[in-house]
Amino acid sequence: MTRVEHAWANPAHLWRNPEPKPSYDVVVVGGGLHGLATAYYLARNHGLTNVAVVERGWLGNGNAVRNTTVVRSNYLRDESMALYEHALRLWPGLSAELDHDVLFDPRGVLNLAHGRHDALTLKRQLAANQAAGIDAEWLEPADLASFCPILNLAPDVRFPVVGAALQRRGGIARHDAVVFAFARAADRLGVDLLQGCEVTGFDIENNRVRGVVTTRGRIGAGRVGLVGAGRSKLLAAMAGFELPIQPSPLQALVSEVLDQVLDTVVMSGAVHVYLSQAHKGELVMGAGRDPYTSYAQRGSFHILEWQLQAVLELFPILSRAHLLRTWGGIVDVAPDASPIIGLTPIDDLFINCGWGTGGFKATPGSGWVFASTLAAGVPDPLVVPFSLDRFETGALIDEHGSAAVAH
Amino acid sequence: MLLISCPWCGPREENEFRYGGEAALAPTPDLDDKELARRLFVRSAPAGPLLERWYHAHGCRRWFPLVRDTMTHELTAPPEAES
Repeated sequence: MTRVEHAWANPAHLWRNPEPKPSYDVVVVGGGLHGLATAYYLARNHGLTNVAVVERGWLGNGNAVRNTTVVRSNYLRDESMALYEHALRLWPGLSAELDHDVLFDPRGVLNLAHGRHDALTLKRQLAANQAAGIDAEWLEPADLASFCPILNLAPDVRFPVVGAALQRRGGIARHDAVVFAFARAADRLGVDLLQGCEVTGFDIENNRVRGVVTTRGRIGAGRVGLVGAGRSKLLAAMAGFELPIQPSPLQALVSEVLDQVLDTVVMSGAVHVYLSQAHKGELVMGAGRDPYTSYAQRGSFHILEWQLQAVLELFPILSRAHLLRTWGGIVDVAPDASPIIGLTPIDDLFINCGWGTGGFKATPGSGWVFASTLAAGVPDPLVVPFSLDRFETGALIDEHGSAAVAH
Repeated sequence: MLLISCPWCGPREENEFRYGGEAALAPTPDLDDKELARRLFVRSAPAGPLLERWYHAHGCRRWFPLVRDTMTHELTAPPEAES
């Protein structure tokens, strides 16, 4: 048995490892977090249990377990706030509902301002959040000193911190536990999780999808949902349409296990890093993408060097910490930094992609609305603004400012 | 870090350069909405060699084309017609 085969020949107490059936009502392509959540909510909310998730690798691989686990909903645009807030409201109940602790911890998310323009931008966003009923508050440096004691508030650094926006209901969760929780819950409801099952083509007749061709044979499908993250563009090309998405590497890094020193999430767009501390004690850090188009799951060293410079600027206390590991995942970023969810030019083929650098937080909400879209065959009201045709109509949802730290 | 060969300055480290994206895009006269959306927002992303533009921002400040493999990051000189 090769290492890869071993990875999906999992013990039965996790989930079944079934053979593909000849056909399913719905086939979800992509066994990452959003694909698993989609399958779960298809069964749980819509009673659709004749569902398969096809995954080219194994569950608990790729971006699903290589992200920085930040959860928040403080975006700028009404459309985004509605979608991300829907997701945020699902997080606190997930552990009980899925019967698997996902360690969701609403420890607050800080967005630092390093100057007047930063502060104005964040206060605008904060006002938009408050108007939409999303919690957001402003902390002055004196408040920050008690809220996050290890943050460097010295006035004589290159980019002094002048304040911060705080979303207290934001926080972190344990990413691999979220994979396990959704996979097990979907499996219990009868969803077939098909690992080592790579889609190599689509069976399309009269512009209507009839099934997927995979490395484990042809699988018929009433409807197909593409949740391919970084490989969405390749999947779309296989089905014969184009996506305005560019895949590029996003790197993150983790320190050795340290005593607990940081009990919130800190993000800074200006010095360009975000940082939190996992329950086990590792510092989890991320920043910007490598600029180039890529499917290689790695990036360049100087991007990591910039991140660490920013970390040390904000947290001099961490100067002796050692890095344990770094990684790069492929993120699918749309031109307006918002996801693309809904119809495709092919009938009965639906897409959910473009979550780019910030998909983890949206996991339950994304699965919920995509399941509703797949079940009804028409876009869920929350995803209507996120249609693929917005790039033709011009109704873009520009979230470059709040999608992550900065792109 | 990529080691990029600038045609004017020779091999230099990646952080001297800016990425310019896909090269050899056609000019765009008289497009309808669909074609314009495609021209503005859709770029090639093959899993393999991609002809692209790089800018030697912290060097000679010239633009030049390069072929980079999106699976391996291997860099090769572009075909004659593109350089």
